[in-house]
Amino acid sequence: MFAEADALLLARIQFAFTVSFHFIFPAFSIGLASYLAVLEGLWLKTNKQVYLDLFRYWLKIFAITFAMGVVSGIVMSYQFGTNWSVFSDLAGPVIGPLMAYEVLTAFFLEAGFLGVMLFGMNRVGKKLHFFATLMVAIGTFVSAFWILSVNSWMQTPQGHIMGENGQFLPGESWLPIIFNPSFPFRLVHTVTAAYLTTALVVGAVGAWHLLRDRANVHARKMFSMAMWMIALVAPVQIFVGDMHGLNSWEHQRPKVLAMEGHYESYPDGAPFILFGLPNEKEERVDYAVELPGLTSLLLEHDINAPLEGLKTIPADERPPVAVVFWSFRIMVGLGVLMLTLGVASLFARWRKGLYEWPLLHRFALVMGPAGFVAVIAGWVTTEVGRQPYVIYGLLRTADAASPLAAPAIAASLLAFVVIYFAVFGAGTWYILRLMNAAPHAGESGVEAGERGPIRTAGITPGPAQNPGGSTPLPAGRGDT
Amino acid sequence: MIDLTVIWAFIIAFAVFAYVVMDGFDLGIGILFPTLKVGQGRNRAMNSIAPVWDGNETWLVLGGGGLMAAFPLAYAVILPATYPLIIAMLLGLVFRGVAFEFRWRDPGHRALWDLSFFGGSVIAALAQGMILGALLQGIDVTGRSYDGSWWDWLTPYTLLTGVGVVAGYSLLGACWMIWKLEGDVQEHAYRLAFRAALATLLLMGAVSAYNLLLLPDYRERWLEMPNILFASQVPLLTAIVAGAFFYSLKARRQLMPFLLALALFLLGMAGLGVTIWPYVVPDQITIWDAAAPESSQIFMLVGVALTLPLILAYTAWAYWVFRGKVGHEGYH
Repeated sequence: MFAEADALLLARIQFAFTVSFHFIFPAFSIGLASYLAVLEGLWLKTNKQVYLDLFRYWLKIFAITFAMGVVSGIVMSYQFGTNWSVFSDLAGPVIGPLMAYEVLTAFFLEAGFLGVMLFGMNRVGKKLHFFATLMVAIGTFVSAFWILSVNSWMQTPQGHIMGENGQFLPGESWLPIIFNPSFPFRLVHTVTAAYLTTALVVGAVGAWHLLRDRANVHARKMFSMAMWMIALVAPVQIFVGDMHGLNSWEHQRPKVLAMEGHYESYPDGAPFILFGLPNEKEERVDYAVELPGLTSLLLEHDINAPLEGLKTIPADERPPVAVVFWSFRIMVGLGVLMLTLGVASLFARWRKGLYEWPLLHRFALVMGPAGFVAVIAGWVTTEVGRQPYVIYGLLRTADAASPLAAPAIAASLLAFVVIYFAVFGAGTWYILRLMNAAPHAGESGVEAGERGPIRTAGITPGPAQNPGGSTPLPAGRGDT
Repeated sequence: MIDLTVIWAFIIAFAVFAYVVMDGFDLGIGILFPTLKVGQGRNRAMNSIAPVWDGNETWLVLGGGGLMAAFPLAYAVILPATYPLIIAMLLGLVFRGVAFEFRWRDPGHRALWDLSFFGGSVIAALAQGMILGALLQGIDVTGRSYDGSWWDWLTPYTLLTGVGVVAGYSLLGACWMIWKLEGDVQEHAYRLAFRAALATLLLMGAVSAYNLLLLPDYRERWLEMPNILFASQVPLLTAIVAGAFFYSLKARRQLMPFLLALALFLLGMAGLGVTIWPYVVPDQITIWDAAAPESSQIFMLVGVALTLPLILAYTAWAYWVFRGKVGHEGYH
């Protein structure tokens, strides 16, 4: 019994670790693929060199990000079977086909066109190359569609029937399974988060180079584009997030109660706990700073609406409160800061200070990683918040794990942690080095350096970098 | 009447075969990487697969994801039974995959990423071969789950299958290099292909012989009438293909060795089919026991029918775009 509990905890830590690490890459590459498609499209339309330069600048970063996303993603497609075999057996008939559709309609599309996108500019012509970029961008979105459908079905299952052997079987139609109640909200919220994350990174890189050289046109262009994106999308995201929260309130009340930290019931209007220290042992929130009536207003649109707290739910049906309470606040707090950055950029643009105000650039620089932190915090909120279930209300996480000995999972967890930090740490370092190099005219492509003769006339009007094709980009040195 | 479960068994087998041969030559180049000269030799070998490796690897996701979708019980039994091997394979693929980008981004540590490319490829190939062996030698099942310890898979037989797959992938990798490269590297690849083919055939023979001792059912499927009439064609054809292969090497043909190596793998796959059919976990779970319900099978079959022709078409196009010898023109 003791060993079983250990094995379960280790399996959960392993999944949380591998999926969180993995999600960082698609959160960036979904947005970046679209950004690259926009840049290439603008280049084709306007024929301005700056767009091609920016395309090539970000394409190098995309190549590394995508490779890390692919290798960490393959791990995920096997984690279900290695660590959660009971879940795979029982839920396979329902979620398996959706994941197979992800492979067929998204992974192959991305992978099939990626080679042309990265290395094929000189081989296929501009328009066909743009088509390849579009296919990769669409592939990233389609991938999000299917995997979020799977995740949402696990959160708000419907449309299935129970088989005699305990398996979840598809019902008459697949539509209720795919378009389950939380799916539209989760899809829009997550994809918007990916766009915001990318905009924050692009904005931070632009800001970094503006702080060094305010006249760098490439830095100006990317900073301006990113700030438009943040100013437009941050408010939308807050609105969508609120709707997603209301959807959770309809289908997963304990999750929302944990987010809000409400152990107690409030017959005439629940306050919003702004801050406080959840005390799970005593079932209360210590030192709570409350705004009266606000939770009732947010959830029920009535400040006097009654609210039944977590204490009305049996203890073995509740999620862990402190984790959800804090991760939710991290996400929302960062969301508010993103909105602030967007508004500040609009003000700066109006006062002609967008490229001139170092304070704004510093703010944008600091916000660079905010999107990653927010998406991880958001995922922790929704995934921990649906505990103790893996298929909400139907299959407990504790009943879903593989029959594995704790040492097996401990050993593999250790291997994942060591290798992920080493390998993806190196990859992140390379990405930061590329970002540290100032974007400039005649930017080289992915195939730079010893990959050989790169450009043919007509494709790249800019001056050749890396003459002789000796070293691929000693980042930051020698250019501008 | 059409049996959907049989169709799905063939689709999964196709995905596995596509993965084995396509990522097989990628991994093979990784395995042979240390024998290539630092500089142009290694760079060109890697560039010959850089645009296609990601697509090749996707077939592994289809094989795994498809197995979960079409035969969830098999997925739920085989993966825990081969747990350390699966994890080793995945981590090997991590080291192999990132090396494609990292070695260009960090010339100062290129030797390190070359080692990562080689080591990752060897581990992934070895693990895949051992997973195959672990499956063939049988898995303990109770009820609907694996009922053994986490080291059951480690036997002399699985070591043999593991080394066999490493040799087989080296053969594919060497033949790919014959086709895509020229000059010194190509000449080197001819020599590698000869040795890899010898090793592959030897190990294929050893594994086949071992199979006959492994389970009584295997013996029956191969050696008793009327099965033997069909089954004996596999080793016969293998001998013919092997002869043609060595001739094509001697004649310094460019593409033929690769095609014949593919034929060898196809025959290996056919032999595997004869051995295991109709089980997915030998003597424990048949494909019908493990199959997902009909509605899941139909839903996915629609998807496969619509997308697979497209996938094959644009994959072929991507290969076509990067046709020709590497280093001759274009994308070095």
